[in-house]
Amino acid sequence: MRISLCPRALRNAALAGAALLALPVFAADEPLRIGAFLSVTGPAAFLGDPEQKTLEMAVDRINASGGVAGRKLVLVVYDDAGDAEKARTFAKRLLEQDKVDVIVGGSTTGTTMAAIPLAEQSGTPFVSLAGAVGIVEPVKKWVFKTPHTDRMACEKIFADMQSRKMTKLALISGTGGFDKSMRGECLKVAPKYAIEVVADESYGAADTDMTAQLTKIKAATGVQAVLNAGFGQGPAIVTKNYRQLGLTPVLYQSHGVASKEFIRLAGDAAEGVRLPAAALLVAELLGDGDAQKPVVVAYKRDYEARYKADVSAFGGHAYDGLMLAVDALKRAGSTDRAKLRDAIEATRGYVGTGGVVNMSAADHLGLDLTAFQMLEVRKGNWVVVR
Amino acid sequence: MGAQALQFVAAGLTAGSIYALVALGFSIVFNASKVINFAQGEFVMIGGMAAASLSAAGAPLAVALPLAIVVAAAIGLLLEKLTIERAGRADVTTLIIITIGASIFLRGIAQLVWGKGIRSLPPLTGDRPIELGGVTILPQSLWVLGATLVIVAALSWFFGRTRLGHAMLATSHNRLAAQLVGIDVRLVLFASFGLAAALGAIAGVLIAPIAFTSYDAGVMLGLKGFAAAILGGLGNFHAAIVGGLVLGLLESLGAGFVSSAYKDAISFVVILAVLFVRPDGLLGVLRSERV
Repeated sequence: MRISLCPRALRNAALAGAALLALPVFAADEPLRIGAFLSVTGPAAFLGDPEQKTLEMAVDRINASGGVAGRKLVLVVYDDAGDAEKARTFAKRLLEQDKVDVIVGGSTTGTTMAAIPLAEQSGTPFVSLAGAVGIVEPVKKWVFKTPHTDRMACEKIFADMQSRKMTKLALISGTGGFDKSMRGECLKVAPKYAIEVVADESYGAADTDMTAQLTKIKAATGVQAVLNAGFGQGPAIVTKNYRQLGLTPVLYQSHGVASKEFIRLAGDAAEGVRLPAAALLVAELLGDGDAQKPVVVAYKRDYEARYKADVSAFGGHAYDGLMLAVDALKRAGSTDRAKLRDAIEATRGYVGTGGVVNMSAADHLGLDLTAFQMLEVRKGNWVVVR
Repeated sequence: MGAQALQFVAAGLTAGSIYALVALGFSIVFNASKVINFAQGEFVMIGGMAAASLSAAGAPLAVALPLAIVVAAAIGLLLEKLTIERAGRADVTTLIIITIGASIFLRGIAQLVWGKGIRSLPPLTGDRPIELGGVTILPQSLWVLGATLVIVAALSWFFGRTRLGHAMLATSHNRLAAQLVGIDVRLVLFASFGLAAALGAIAGVLIAPIAFTSYDAGVMLGLKGFAAAILGGLGNFHAAIVGGLVLGLLESLGAGFVSSAYKDAISFVVILAVLFVRPDGLLGVLRSERV
């Protein structure tokens, strides 16, 4: 017996089938509304700019491939210009007007801190992209973060010093929020690694010359290593002044300057500088067995192809923040804020650009020291110190 | 200890020279119009950024630096033509507010044109430090000091020997009288903005190899230059130089011997102290108003 289908029947059947398949999409589960307030301009623009670009790139890609479990992503971004007051206003707008389901943002510690009370009151999951440990410690019910903490950076540096049998450290830090927070954390954890801080200097955000502070460090006795906590052009000037004065101790910079721009600005003076950084910076140098390698290589390739600019760790933090929310959405199967929050807190073994994330009720960051690589600048490029 | 102090002095003089050049710009515009030009710092930024982008585009420094200074001066002249001159007889406060608006505008344009990144400019003659009796200085610092000396000499000649210089001085002493003897005070004001912008840009191209530059680099340098001008005595050229150098030294020695935490505070404490104690600055002559 032959079954024959006329062309029209065939077409109708195909249409019906397609409609059935597409049904979950058209039934339009509510889209996931993601709000972001970022420091796209202003002094922290080097954080907010790649973060915004990363979020836009990742959201476009996810939507182009059909969204997450049938849901599209809607991204709303505001620029707080690094101003905590504006950040608070925008966070309020995201929550009240834009009615977002989750906030991924807060480029700096200052802007994040300003928005935390709002996220907590409204009961909205908030994944911060800022550095300070104070954001998730003590644990706040609705607040998570993706970047390594400044305390981890201190510990990574101190562990490196310990392995080189160094005990005497001089600190030089800026007066910004990141700088001060890291300085405080380093002072706190130094005794744990038997490190004695013999000098403690600071400089202003727009200072043009740090030779006075470094001359004092040079005069302090027995300094074996100098640690500069800061970001922006400050650490590049410190590095240049350091070589100008002919200081010989090892110079450690923070993860705050973990981008190619630092090497470009400081030039030859950067040779020999060590700093802790995320795997993203040295994507190609990672071993093939490294769990992070596929993630960081793919992100780096996409970002550099789309924006023709070098990746920085900061864009990676935004990528991780977004993917944590997306991953949580898959598991929660709902945009209900409380369910999303619980799903984010239950994240285990998520491999991001910043490391392998294992969240828990007591740990809203979920990274350990292995997330940091110790890098050294050699011949104008990063080298992993093992 | 001695070498340490000398190192502080070297750093202070370099920063001080830059402050002095910016302060000169404040004084020149103030003399012509009694206006504090808060856009002065932006010319420092424009000079530095223009030079950095020209140099990055492959222009040799001998072309990039003069061109950057000319660009900044042209923008200074345009600013005067399009805003200050059009405001006509508006009072001084209004004009000052216009300059604040102009500074925000220029910063915004710079951000659009050059982006938000930090730029670097290669130093004029390498960056191998020179060691002198335990003090190490960068060749660029010598350029800063040398260029400041040359500019001071050139300005003394300009104000002492040229007609335009005389006209500017006369206008600063008494605008009405200057107008009555036939001096074109509008031209004086126009030229003042160009000259002030050029001085700011020179400061900008000199400091960029040492301290980098970015679209918002002019804010702090502008404030420091303003503090220097107030410290020396607004409207007096020698005072601007002295104010700049003293401020640079105070900052550097303060950071070295007292505490680096208060380095930036020093300039602002200086402004307040001077305004309370000697409102006309270190070199200012106390003026009394006759009623």
